Amino acid sequence: MRLQIATRLALYAVLQLAADPEKQFAAAEIAERFGISVNHLAKVLRALGRAGLVEAVRGAGGGYRFRGNVKRVTLLDVIQLFEDLGTSAHGDPDPGERSAEGRALRRVLDEIDGIAKGTLASISLATAVKLMDGAGAAGPGEAAERAARPLRARTGA
Amino acid sequence: MAHQRTTAPPPPPVVELRVRPAKGEDLRAVVALDAENTGVSKLAYWKDRFEWYAGRQPDRFFLVGEREGHVVGYIVGEVRAWEFGSPPAGWIFAIDVSRTVRQHGLGTKLFDEICARFRKAGVDRVRTMLAKDEHLIMSFFRSQGMMGGPFIQLEKELDP
Repeated sequence: MRLQIATRLALYAVLQLAADPEKQFAAAEIAERFGISVNHLAKVLRALGRAGLVEAVRGAGGGYRFRGNVKRVTLLDVIQLFEDLGTSAHGDPDPGERSAEGRALRRVLDEIDGIAKGTLASISLATAVKLMDGAGAAGPGEAAERAARPLRARTGA
Repeated sequence: MAHQRTTAPPPPPVVELRVRPAKGEDLRAVVALDAENTGVSKLAYWKDRFEWYAGRQPDRFFLVGEREGHVVGYIVGEVRAWEFGSPPAGWIFAIDVSRTVRQHGLGTKLFDEICARFRKAGVDRVRTMLAKDEHLIMSFFRSQGMMGGPFIQLEKELDP
């Protein structure tokens, strides 16, 4: 499964905000961390805002903060705001898909998609935040601090 | 997106939630709790499960969670060895928490307690199996640190 750039940005932003729901981050701060344009991120944040997952805080020191239930919102909830993870039953079939070979391949790919969707639907933001620092090894504050570190420092670059 | 997902979690519990081994008299409460969440009452099934798991076998565990003396959750498991080529491991077969006390930590208490008993029984791994579309329960197990394991379940319809 390959996620579109907007989807990955949404996941990164939501995880950064969900790691410390009380704190607000400026869009520029988030954009700088992931090395992307603020305009691109702003579109993503607006979509997340329409879905009720983040809210904009205005005024001095304003920015975005998470708004939701970190134990109930899953990675799949975020992904589905940006892309359709339906099978080939939705939309036009690919060339050759109606052949016996195509149908056989489709069954295998559908099985893989089913497992992927089940996995994404079962990982809440709270669980993903834990994974950021190793399962159960850190509280949300530590995870947020880690999330806020420059990416290059974490990758050793 | 469900309303529950975009609202903040509830405040911490104001009543004590306690975990203890199941007793015979808990049977009807467990049946009712299961029926509340699945829509099917299975008295005969749970009676059989009580006989198997709630006895004094050292490697079988049936625990219940209580609030003010009422059963509001349960977890069932046992140590099993060499099935599918696996060394001894703890298996969790069932867990349920009443909707009235969800997100107050009872599921975690039940999970922690059965894991402690698995460790005492000499195993260092716990597993479970569940339907791919059981997102809520799978989400719970993942929140406890469980990840995909080395097995894949396969099945087919039998020819008539």
